[in-house]
Amino acid sequence: MQTPGPITPAYSPQAAERLASMADVTASDAALRRFLHGLPGVDAVGLEGRAATLGTRSIKTTAKAYAIDLAISMIDLTTLEGADTPGKVRALCAKGVNPDPTDRTTPKVAAICVYPDMVKTAKEALDGSGIHVASVATAFPAGRAALPVKLADTADAVAAGADEIDMVIDRGAFLSGRYMQVFEEIKAVKAACARPDGSAAHLKVIFENGELATYDNIRRVSWLSMLAGADFIKTSTGKVAVNATPPNTLLMLEAVRDFRDATGVQVGVKPAGGIRTTKDAIKYLVMVNETLGEQWLTPDWFRFGASSLLNDLLMQRQKLSTGRYSGPDYVTVD
Amino acid sequence: MAFEYAPAPESRSVVDIAPSYGLFIDGEFRPAEDGKVFKTVSPSSEEVLSEVAQAGQSDVDAAVRAARKAFEKWSALPGSERAKYLFRIARIIQERSRELAVLESLDNGKPIRESRDADLPLVAAHFFYYAGWADKLGHAGFGADPKPLGVAGQVIPWNFPLLMLAWKIAPALACGNTVVLKPAETTPLSALFFADICRQAGLPKGVVNILTGDGSTGAALVAHPDVNKVAFTGSTEVGKAIARTVAGTGKKLTLELGGKAANIVFEDAPIDQAVEGIVNGIFFNQGHVCCAGSRLLVQESVQDELLEALKRRMSTLRVGDPLDKNTDIGAINSAEQLARIKSLADSGEAEGAQRWAPACELPSTGYWFAPTLFTGVSQAHRIAREEIFGPVLSVLTFRTPAEAVEKANNTPYGLSAGIWTEKGSRILWMADKLRAGVVWANTFNKFDPTSPFGGYKESGFGREGGRHGLEAYLNV
Repeated sequence: MQTPGPITPAYSPQAAERLASMADVTASDAALRRFLHGLPGVDAVGLEGRAATLGTRSIKTTAKAYAIDLAISMIDLTTLEGADTPGKVRALCAKGVNPDPTDRTTPKVAAICVYPDMVKTAKEALDGSGIHVASVATAFPAGRAALPVKLADTADAVAAGADEIDMVIDRGAFLSGRYMQVFEEIKAVKAACARPDGSAAHLKVIFENGELATYDNIRRVSWLSMLAGADFIKTSTGKVAVNATPPNTLLMLEAVRDFRDATGVQVGVKPAGGIRTTKDAIKYLVMVNETLGEQWLTPDWFRFGASSLLNDLLMQRQKLSTGRYSGPDYVTVD
Repeated sequence: MAFEYAPAPESRSVVDIAPSYGLFIDGEFRPAEDGKVFKTVSPSSEEVLSEVAQAGQSDVDAAVRAARKAFEKWSALPGSERAKYLFRIARIIQERSRELAVLESLDNGKPIRESRDADLPLVAAHFFYYAGWADKLGHAGFGADPKPLGVAGQVIPWNFPLLMLAWKIAPALACGNTVVLKPAETTPLSALFFADICRQAGLPKGVVNILTGDGSTGAALVAHPDVNKVAFTGSTEVGKAIARTVAGTGKKLTLELGGKAANIVFEDAPIDQAVEGIVNGIFFNQGHVCCAGSRLLVQESVQDELLEALKRRMSTLRVGDPLDKNTDIGAINSAEQLARIKSLADSGEAEGAQRWAPACELPSTGYWFAPTLFTGVSQAHRIAREEIFGPVLSVLTFRTPAEAVEKANNTPYGLSAGIWTEKGSRILWMADKLRAGVVWANTFNKFDPTSPFGGYKESGFGREGGRHGLEAYLNV
């Protein structure tokens, strides 16, 4: 497939025109089903083998230093707990702005990710820092609510100042084959991300790969979400047993690559849940590098949804600069 | 700023290569009787690694004599006792795997990622597997108490030096034979380290003998009248010469020779994984693989899409220092092999096929060849018929499954084939019709000691691996 003209970011107004070229495949439930089922299959053994091989890359010295700083700058530092309080969120925001108080050259994180009712607190705490506020929405994490509730949830977070919305798809609808319903719901949430001034919060679409179960499903839902206008596609909520894995993320990277080749629209990818160590994070960056290339190696196009990852990155960063391993008491708890 | 991987070399200090090595005969290292030696170089740097003895006729005689003498006691041991030695060898190989992997990459030129993650684990697995058979030979389907053959003369190639040694020695010893093995001229070192492992394992003297040397040593070994079994892996040309030598002598013979495997991609294939399989099929071990998927047969309806994806993927292959852990493609094993690859690739261009290779900088010393793709190849081209044994892929197309089978089988060889389709019934239909010893479905170049491996037609005869592999070393 040839890239049709210049690359358009998924969040730009021109992306919708580009997607119009694919309108025939989303014209009806039957057309959408035919298209999704016509995508090339995924061989699980081969996919997992490729991800494992990329995981053997040895990233040392200067490359490691580069990767650690890049990974820090790509983190959506997350707290999604029932016990979240304004105090906890403000502390996390302070950590995001200045991850390592002993080393001011440490990059700041990309975003702070919270529940909608904490958006206002986070927005105030991050004022002027350049760090985005991301909010989960649409009855996260199960997504089991009526559409008007999901849209109100989204609009509320946007009104409170969220820069990014992380929505969950209706896995029940997807697994029962109601693809058009999932497609329309993503479009409706995307519309709810619009602000009165004409701008819009960026939309991340969470698949919950662990519940979709098969790689064929993950490829299909990737295309479905991108066709519906997703700015980012995201592996999981972090709330189920299987979250981001190297193979399911690699598959999504292949999907955004193929989607850009087909439409010219560039979409970002966010693995979330279960990425806790520097070693893991570097494996993901290697996958991005060798599947998509450097155009995706920025916080605009690749994010890590994580909480404990940051401290491991900071400890490895200190090790690189001092030559010694520190310990958990030499990085802040949040 | 791009994500550039800093050099990540595996340490050479884990392996201690002596300046010279003798022949391993009757449990001792000794120089060749006529004192002849030759040098072995690292193909990635042309650095001389060591000097090894060139075995002559009298050394072959001495080695066969030692093996014959050891045979009496070794074959009389209960299988469970032979198994203990084999299990011990397997464990020592695992313990010394890092050292052996570095050694193999130095002497052969293959990337450390492959010697570490493919060669060495398979070597150990092969010894473990046949160790398990040693006391169960009566249940292998060759009679209640099958007997060994005697002395096995084994000649192995340079592409997987230690793995081919394992394929030869493990079943031979498990069945109660003793062996004289000749490693390839360009890659003698890992076999000599294996000799040391035999000593470390306390293997009785003379059960394994290693003779280094060139083709003349191999010829003397296979022609030796007191050898009962000849096993050879290598070129079809040499295999035919050995068959002529052995004819009429009563020696049992197995040959594992060349190949020109078809890797067949249907329009309903899992494309991303097929691309990985094609890359793994032809660029694994620099294409120095007898079962390499050197002919890509792609269905015309997906040709453009597949070739674009393949070229994109080939552009990410990292060619260079075999000891760098991030290297995908290492050095060509010898100047001679490099010349052969170059001449066949040139014939591809001369005969009208289109040549493509990604931009890649090759090191200035050593023997190197960039991963290369030829499109517009027809069945009549030399690059579609002759084994190149290098990182060169010939792309042909087909329209229907029947045409795919016809083209795949239209070769004097028949070692392996690959099928890529999501349709299970088509896999079974194709596998039934392909005349190849191994047929992989939705994967390629996957090896396992439990699975028999061997060829049809000019790819040889006899099977190595699995229960079938025992037959070659039993008097049945």
